[in-house]
Amino acid sequence: MDAILLQILNGLDKGSAYALIALGLTLIFGTLGVVNFAHGALFMLGAFCAVSLQKLMSVSKITIDPSQLDFLGKPLKVKTPYVVEWFGPKFGNAIIDWNVPLAIIVAIPVMLLVGYVMERGLIKHFYKRPHADQILVTFGLAIVIQELVKANFGANPIPTPAPDQFVGSYNVGALIGLDASYPYWRLIYFAFSATIISSVFAFLRFTTFGMVVRAGMADRETVGLLGINIDRRFTIMFGIAAAVAGLAGVMYTPINSPNYHMGMDFLVLSFVVVVVGGMGSLPGAVLAGFLLGVLESFASMNEVKGFFEMLYLPSIDQIIIYLVAIIVLLTRPRGLMGKAGVMEE
Amino acid sequence: MKTISKADMRTLFFVAIIALFAPLILNPFPTESGWAQFNAGYPDLMQRFAIYGILAIGFNILFGLTGYLSFGHAAFLGVGSYSAVWMFKLLSMNIIPALILSVIVAGLFSLLIGFISLRRSGIYFSILTLAFAQMSFALAYSVLTPLTNGETGLQITLNDPRIFAAENISGNLPVTSLFGMEMRDTWTMQLGAWDFQFNIGYYICAIFLLLAFYISIRIFRSPFGMMLRAIKTNQTRLNYTGINTRPYTLAAFVISGMYAGLAGGLMASMDPLAGAERMQWTASGEIVLMTILGGTGTLLGPVMGAGFIKYFENIFSKINDTVLHGWFSWMPDGLENVIVWILHLFTGKGWHLTLGIMFMMIVIFLPGGLMEGISRIGKWWKRRNVKNDNTSHNSSTPAQ
Repeated sequence: MDAILLQILNGLDKGSAYALIALGLTLIFGTLGVVNFAHGALFMLGAFCAVSLQKLMSVSKITIDPSQLDFLGKPLKVKTPYVVEWFGPKFGNAIIDWNVPLAIIVAIPVMLLVGYVMERGLIKHFYKRPHADQILVTFGLAIVIQELVKANFGANPIPTPAPDQFVGSYNVGALIGLDASYPYWRLIYFAFSATIISSVFAFLRFTTFGMVVRAGMADRETVGLLGINIDRRFTIMFGIAAAVAGLAGVMYTPINSPNYHMGMDFLVLSFVVVVVGGMGSLPGAVLAGFLLGVLESFASMNEVKGFFEMLYLPSIDQIIIYLVAIIVLLTRPRGLMGKAGVMEE
Repeated sequence: MKTISKADMRTLFFVAIIALFAPLILNPFPTESGWAQFNAGYPDLMQRFAIYGILAIGFNILFGLTGYLSFGHAAFLGVGSYSAVWMFKLLSMNIIPALILSVIVAGLFSLLIGFISLRRSGIYFSILTLAFAQMSFALAYSVLTPLTNGETGLQITLNDPRIFAAENISGNLPVTSLFGMEMRDTWTMQLGAWDFQFNIGYYICAIFLLLAFYISIRIFRSPFGMMLRAIKTNQTRLNYTGINTRPYTLAAFVISGMYAGLAGGLMASMDPLAGAERMQWTASGEIVLMTILGGTGTLLGPVMGAGFIKYFENIFSKINDTVLHGWFSWMPDGLENVIVWILHLFTGKGWHLTLGIMFMMIVIFLPGGLMEGISRIGKWWKRRNVKNDNTSHNSSTPAQ
């Protein structure tokens, strides 16, 4: 039981990242009808918002302290980050420590802007072109973004630790009489993504803006005829989708140190998630994200691996997602919750 | 049976001449000069031109004709490589059985994948092929380690069985050959300041490239090719006319998979090792890039795209900061540093950035690729000449 609980947690945790990226992909697809291969790059840009903030915070003033000597006998050069100097040691160090959560505040406007510019500058011109062209141009854009990040930050992963309070793990199992400790930050990641997902849904459900957007998703032309500038709203939705991907990236940095190709690694899986959930279905994307995450972590359990070994089959934890995707697409061509008439040509 | 048309014959002949004299054409700069780094006439690179040319031609038969965008073609390349290396391990170092097996295995593999993936079209097809390719990559990388040797990659060793090969007494690893002609044999011709290298492996690849090109011409001009183009134009209408399009698309998929298998087999024949990274989706993306860059649906485009990308990949990666400083040393120091700093982003390790930008530009402004660019320039040239003629003769063509 402990192991199963752990695997469920693991799966939910992996699934949160998939679900967040897939949600953004579906938002873009549902509103603008564009297949965005650069969405992984947006996830990665979000993560690098956190990295940049960390770099910015560690900009230090160098003072020479004559009372201390370094090993060569010269006066010691002391580095004090400007943040510490301005806000005093206690608060300043706390800010540096809480870099990742603070990066959220930075990432939201940055990613909204990135999304806005991307839609207005590039993707706008591709609505009338075939889907293959949209895939290709966003694929090219993904390469460009990735290489720019590589040129700026180098090819190695950059560690971005979580705040000190959240290092360590918490015994989740104790709540229900089991024994299963799980890292704090991963629990926070799950809670965070659940919050984001539900706020996106609430936004679409309970605000006028969301209502218009949903109407536009159902019938863009009619909404336009009613005198509503639907293009502008869809552009904003693109920005929001970019921000969702970016936030997923920011919060992911303490789990895995970000590197320039993390976006591409996630992108392929998120596409599979979107397709399994059903193109254009928001609940489908979220459901499929968590489902595939949980399945993946169950397949990597030793017991399951042993079972497959017993049958003389190789273990399937590496390929389970793809297997499931293939099976789902063949048996339910529209995905789990796809609507009729979406991308059926 | 219709024979090949005159214009196509000319294209084929053109490619054959280029392929035959490639070691000369690609080596325009003297060996000792500073420009020698822009030479492409060395065996390794020329082999890659031919091999990736075959790959792109095959991909074009699928994407260019039917419009099905496969994002998983590298899987067939990898499968071809693995089967070729297994042939080298089990039978002999002769490349013929290796190539035959790699084409057959890639064909069967693509039959399986195509049969499943082609039940969907559009974006679903792209993602299904992508999923299959990633799955094959995962299988090759970890799960099927006994067959693929995992992340180390499959290599030939001294104590492989090689049942048809003569006993190896030299103690060196055997080399791939075609009935005794070793692939790595190179004949160097010195002509003044130039060194021209004629490599057997390259010419074998070039022969296969020509063969592949010829077959692709035949497919393009055949009723079968016409049907594939009809599928691209309007599949629904075809279905309504009562034509089952599935066998046609499947045939195109398998043919292009076999091309990729051949390319993989040749790759292993030139350098007998096979690794899982050949199947990764970035490799599939590269194939797509080549075809689009050259021009989808055209005969020559994919080969040109492959050559273009491989050439500039090689050249750009060689331009490092020292070279750049050398070029711009005549400038004032501050300006020189600024320019080198900017160009540094795009050269050396930044080659992929250049490629990405170039690719985006092509997709945005020139959807037909390099071939469209060439034909546009040709038209513009013709129009200009016509205009010149008109002004000189003081006559005007009647309005159409």
